[in-house]
Amino acid sequence: MYRIVRKKALNPTVSLMEIEAPLIARKAEPGQFIIFRAKEDSERVPLTIADFDRDKGTVTIIYQIVGGSTMELDTLQEGDSLQDFVGPLGRPSETEGLKKVAVVGGGVGCAIAYPLAKKLSSLGCEVDSVIGFRNKDLVILEEAFRTVSRELRVMTDDGSYGTKGLVTNALETLIQEGNQYDEVIAIGPVVMMKFVCQLTKQYGIKTIVSMNPIMIDGTGMCGGCRLTVGGETKFACVDGPDFDGHLVDFDEAMHRGTMYREFESHAREASCNLLNKEG
Amino acid sequence: MAVQRNMNPQRCPMPVQDPMVRRRNFDEVALGYTYEMAVEEARRCLNCPNKPCTTACPVSINIPAFIERVAHEDMEGAYQIIAQSSSLPAVCGRVCPQERQCESKCVRGKKGESVAIGRLERFVADYHREHSTEQPDQPAPNGHKVAIIGAGPSGLTAAGDLAKLGYEVTIYEALHVAGGVLVYGIPEFRLPKMIVRKEIDNLKAIGVKIETNMVIGKILTVDELFEMGNEAVYIGSGAGLPRFMNIPGESLKGVYSANEYLTRINLMKAYQKGSKTPIKHSKKVAVVGGGNVAMDAARSAMRMGAEEVSIVYRRGMEELPARKEEVEHAQEEGVIFRTLSNPVEVIGDEKGEVCGLKCVEMELGEPDESGRRSPIVKPNSEFVLDVDTMIMAIGTSPNPLIRSTTPGLTVNKRGCIVTDGESGLTSREGVYAGGDAVTGAATVILAMGAGKAAAKAIDEYLRSQK
Repeated sequence: MYRIVRKKALNPTVSLMEIEAPLIARKAEPGQFIIFRAKEDSERVPLTIADFDRDKGTVTIIYQIVGGSTMELDTLQEGDSLQDFVGPLGRPSETEGLKKVAVVGGGVGCAIAYPLAKKLSSLGCEVDSVIGFRNKDLVILEEAFRTVSRELRVMTDDGSYGTKGLVTNALETLIQEGNQYDEVIAIGPVVMMKFVCQLTKQYGIKTIVSMNPIMIDGTGMCGGCRLTVGGETKFACVDGPDFDGHLVDFDEAMHRGTMYREFESHAREASCNLLNKEG
Repeated sequence: MAVQRNMNPQRCPMPVQDPMVRRRNFDEVALGYTYEMAVEEARRCLNCPNKPCTTACPVSINIPAFIERVAHEDMEGAYQIIAQSSSLPAVCGRVCPQERQCESKCVRGKKGESVAIGRLERFVADYHREHSTEQPDQPAPNGHKVAIIGAGPSGLTAAGDLAKLGYEVTIYEALHVAGGVLVYGIPEFRLPKMIVRKEIDNLKAIGVKIETNMVIGKILTVDELFEMGNEAVYIGSGAGLPRFMNIPGESLKGVYSANEYLTRINLMKAYQKGSKTPIKHSKKVAVVGGGNVAMDAARSAMRMGAEEVSIVYRRGMEELPARKEEVEHAQEEGVIFRTLSNPVEVIGDEKGEVCGLKCVEMELGEPDESGRRSPIVKPNSEFVLDVDTMIMAIGTSPNPLIRSTTPGLTVNKRGCIVTDGESGLTSREGVYAGGDAVTGAATVILAMGAGKAAAKAIDEYLRSQK
């Protein structure tokens, strides 16, 4: 069960895994997520589905190594199996009736934005994409986005590739060029989604964001993934992970995201030391 | 052969770990009767012919009969009597509120203390586990398939009963281990996980299949379970989404639902040294609520090393819904009870961490619909508790995953699945439900009772189809 049929490094810290999970592949839709446990005593970690192949019965995830759990996942190789793989969880992204959309992806968030851009494009929706990275080495999925987008803008923070600047700069340019979007879909770091929403609010363009908070069970039981959306408490796992970005309290989400930061960096150090010893 | 009755009005006390020691470890609090204690206590039972205790047991265990076997030192015989009615005796003996059920009806309780039925049940189940080498018989298959959603107390009970009748039973469990609240909620010191595992192994030994990581409503729907050849489905999916109070500051770092806090400690094993599970190492903790879950959270926080743990409850000590024994254990371990207090705001510091809990004092007014005196805010009574962690244990609301993906399934306005009384039949033919998914948050034994009743109803339904 949950065998890794393909593993590929996309950049120095981001990798792709295609995993055998036929029942999940049969149901998965863009916007939904899975929860994995790499090994017997590992944490449960949510990851949004990057792709799925119903015929092959596989689900693809793309992950960035950020802490102990993703390091542990990364020690698994093709042919190995994950301990647990649960899904598809959360509600699928809504794509119906959209004619023209701007998809904005930041960093590893592009992995989640891409399947959505692909689905929209296949439904006949006109997709403009803006993808942003810290530098040239971290760029992922550029070609994939190009094939499903009418217009693609690649941004880097340091200007080492594409255009120097933030995704919001490129998005604002597209809007000012006269593009009338039904919706903007922004997926990436919380701070990026916050600034995209600030911009689109000015232009009155509805914006959907995909939230990825701390969670345990992913079925509504623990309440750890709660967010404030439009003044109400929502659970990302059952009410989301997509939300109307103009209603999300991003500052609060950023605060809550740092709850275990110290723990994560300890775990990362511990894992590194372990790997160094093994190496 | 008659045995000498023990006419002591007092029950044999339960040996327990010393409170000052146990408040810092996760080992089981109650150590269990010795063989001699069990026999002595069993001889207090008068073996009443009308069995008032049995009528007050949600799964109708033949209590006088099993206690009589203990009095005769036939422990395996006693176990077989319990096993006819209960799939999880070692669990029930530990977590049932016996004082409100079987023991409340005990004739010995009229002039003295009732027979310690729960402790005897626990002894018999533990004795069997430690001494019996017999493998349970595999029932002859009857060729019919039933699917069960949720491997908690309700689903496990229904599965056990149906498997014993020869049904091919598969339980679909959302988490990575079976047990439901018995593994994610109830802490190790009250219910060791090894015991839950053994009870589940017993079910597997009689042919029950358990598929973990299966969130029904997502990976498969109830309708698909029928398409897969199941002829009936039992929904025992549990309570669901934790409630919050909707007061300012609930999103601060250090505010947990009891579900999250207990899940991190129990299911994800944060109680073990070297665990990878992140959890806040709190100094001063407030647990809001007065039920068993609140007691579990407070006592767990103490064991995780907190210096001060308070229960904050809006009514008085008399109104606490938790089992009396749990309240007493918590008090012995140093948990402070701030009753007649209600939080109005969680206060945070500049880093977004909890640094206080603003509360108001309450007083009790006239009884409300529930018959309990309703709490009223005392004017100008605000005070601030110095805490760094707040745990909300104020109940749950039903999970939407199954109701939203099962057409024709009727739910009430609170979102609980509506069933036809005792049988657990829902508005859909062949679909039964029970436990917290139907009642909202309740007890393990009520969930088991519902699972048992539904198993019987499912068997009758499928027989009528043949």
